[in-house]
Amino acid sequence: MNSRFKKTVWRTLATATVGIAAGASLVACSSGPGGSADSGTAEDLEKALQTESSITVWAWAPAVEDIAKAFEEKYPKITVNVENVGTGNDQYTKLQNAIKAGSGAPDVAQIEYYALPQFALGKSLADLSKFGFDDLEDKFTASTWNSVNLNDKLYALPQDSGPMAMFYRKDVFDKYGIAVPETWDQYIAAAKTIHDADPNAYITNDTGDAGFTTSMIWQAGGKPYTVDGENVGINLQDEGSKKWADKWNQLVEGGYVAQTSSWSDEWFRGLSDGSIATLIIGSWMPGNLEGQAPDGSGQWRVAPMPQYEAGGTATAENGGGGDAVLEQSKNKLVAAAFLKYMNAEEGTQISIDKGGFPSTNADLESDEFLGYESEYFGGQKINEVFADSAKNVVKGWQYLPFQVYANSIYNDTVGQAYANKSDLNEGLTDWQKASASYGSEQGFTVSEK
Amino acid sequence: MTSVQQGAAPAPSNQPTDKIDATTGRVRPARRSSTGQRRPRFAKPQEGGFRKKRSVWLTVVMAVMLVYALLPLFWLFVNSTKTQDVLFNSFGLWFSGDFSLFANIGETLAYHDGEFIRWFGNTVLYVVVGAGGATFLATLAGYGLAKYDFPGKKGVFAVVLGAVAVPGTALAVPTFLMFSQLGLTNTPWAIILPSLISPFGLYLIWTYAIDSVPTELLEAARMDGAGEFRTFFTISLKLLSPGLITVLLFTMVATWNNYFLPLIMLSESTWYPLTVGLNQWNNQASTAGGEAIYNLVITGSFLTIIPIVIAFLFMQRYWQSGLAAGSVKQ
Repeated sequence: MNSRFKKTVWRTLATATVGIAAGASLVACSSGPGGSADSGTAEDLEKALQTESSITVWAWAPAVEDIAKAFEEKYPKITVNVENVGTGNDQYTKLQNAIKAGSGAPDVAQIEYYALPQFALGKSLADLSKFGFDDLEDKFTASTWNSVNLNDKLYALPQDSGPMAMFYRKDVFDKYGIAVPETWDQYIAAAKTIHDADPNAYITNDTGDAGFTTSMIWQAGGKPYTVDGENVGINLQDEGSKKWADKWNQLVEGGYVAQTSSWSDEWFRGLSDGSIATLIIGSWMPGNLEGQAPDGSGQWRVAPMPQYEAGGTATAENGGGGDAVLEQSKNKLVAAAFLKYMNAEEGTQISIDKGGFPSTNADLESDEFLGYESEYFGGQKINEVFADSAKNVVKGWQYLPFQVYANSIYNDTVGQAYANKSDLNEGLTDWQKASASYGSEQGFTVSEK
Repeated sequence: MTSVQQGAAPAPSNQPTDKIDATTGRVRPARRSSTGQRRPRFAKPQEGGFRKKRSVWLTVVMAVMLVYALLPLFWLFVNSTKTQDVLFNSFGLWFSGDFSLFANIGETLAYHDGEFIRWFGNTVLYVVVGAGGATFLATLAGYGLAKYDFPGKKGVFAVVLGAVAVPGTALAVPTFLMFSQLGLTNTPWAIILPSLISPFGLYLIWTYAIDSVPTELLEAARMDGAGEFRTFFTISLKLLSPGLITVLLFTMVATWNNYFLPLIMLSESTWYPLTVGLNQWNNQASTAGGEAIYNLVITGSFLTIIPIVIAFLFMQRYWQSGLAAGSVKQ
């Protein structure tokens, strides 16, 4: 509700805990002996599932509870305790604390792609290739597989993904005679048409959001972050970052984006009544629109993300994440087996049914998935657009090993440019500086450029 | 205002008597005018001091403050009567659609196997044991520090003052690490034990006890053969009760609203208090495929504040009498 308060609290906490954890991460810490194997073959996994034991899973995705139930039915000797300890940041905080404390972490945790490097490089996650999960590569899309492979180790299995697309209100576009924009220039022109005609209507909302910014830079071809062991490079003024900021400046400086925070009730109201005409967002959005903006039913459509050059196809991932096995786990075999069941076997369908967007090729290519006609989207086969987007995600993206912290200070830097309607490039430069100095404090060798 | 009028009426007798000054409430000796007549000081109430003046400005400021304080409560009530659909499609500060308060309450209590009721019970437990214990400990310690002399008293004073200055938020993570070593995380103790410490409450009782418990009274009790504990429980505690109620109110509100500590300490929803639980409900909409239950979050919040409002209204009486009792000391 009170996002500023939440942010302040999170900041306090991020400094306190993430700092401690990231600092500790550079001290080579050995994983405790524990009571279980740190590696195993498919047979070992199968055998472990026939022995009475239990695992704890921290996840907030609504499908996980159903997946756990199905898993327990298939393997009656296993008990899976699913705990929702908080969405996103809240959970990471607890995870960091439990890791720092040396006990209390779950066996399996849901971790978004952007946060994964922080936990992976902190040596708190098990390397899944030791369970032979390397073989699962072909099952997943290239971009999600890339997100869970860091430093030649496999730290998670992708659970869902968020290839970006443009969601738009057909009624609003029709009303103003706007053709579906294919380039960002057309998008900006549409923004002006809409807002000039109705001062309360906007092309989209954007009060500054780290996840959105990084995704947009990703699409523009930017590679602001590079990580090689403890050497970290940050350059939020590389070609791609500038390309995005220069385009988006036209919307922000001109006041053509609504000052409405995402996930607020005003946001859903705007999505319901059309005063927010488009969303550039991950493919997991349809379920949220159906559930929370039911009045927009029949009005929304989906189109590919606008491009910098006409005829381009570049997209990016927005959100999404995987599940990892914690080093602290004393039941890694069962934890790994559950991971596989959840993300590479029966679990994927349950996840899709609950509104998750798949990261598995088989699901993305299935006729049932592609042929699905969404009533909410006027009968459009929306998954065709999304599956196309998943194939066209720009390769080679990398997040910082302290991205959770970096995102928490976004509001003080880029967020200020948004608030002042000033040059986003300056905000990005500030963000770079602040992130770099934090990285240095944590013992990384940070180079800017 | 009646007292002012009574004071304003000229006394029927010429005999000067002590009277109560309406402005300060203090007893003042009557003064004799040169003619020997008592001067009717309050014959014209309009002139009778600033107490009678009505400041338009103050009234306006007060009204604004009142609106500022009550508007969120009003919003909460109005919106807890709406369904999820209506919530997003109606004006926030007025009723709309069917009056579904009771349906919402029913749903809130039943959602997810009635976890709201469980959280409510947890919160009550934390408040009763945590805030009650904090008040008791603060009273004991504050009284002891105020009424007994012992070496190191100044040191304790400095530590307590320092502790008041440290926000609980800053201590949450170190406390977590410590509790984790003790194996206390994920248990009610993780919330109750830190709640038992209220440096501010201690300080308040301390300063309050210095004035409100006359040392002579304690000496008299000792002379009569009462032990220190008996003196405390039969005499001092009664004298301290207004201060005690104040501390109880503060600690109750603090524990009832405690969010950060349980957020860090607990990873099992069975021990969540309402604050953390409601936030989890609120957040579940902002994830792929999450079910939006904002109407239940709002109704839940509304139900959450009711007990604390009742507690305030109920205890306010004691609190006010406490403040007044302090002000007429001679």
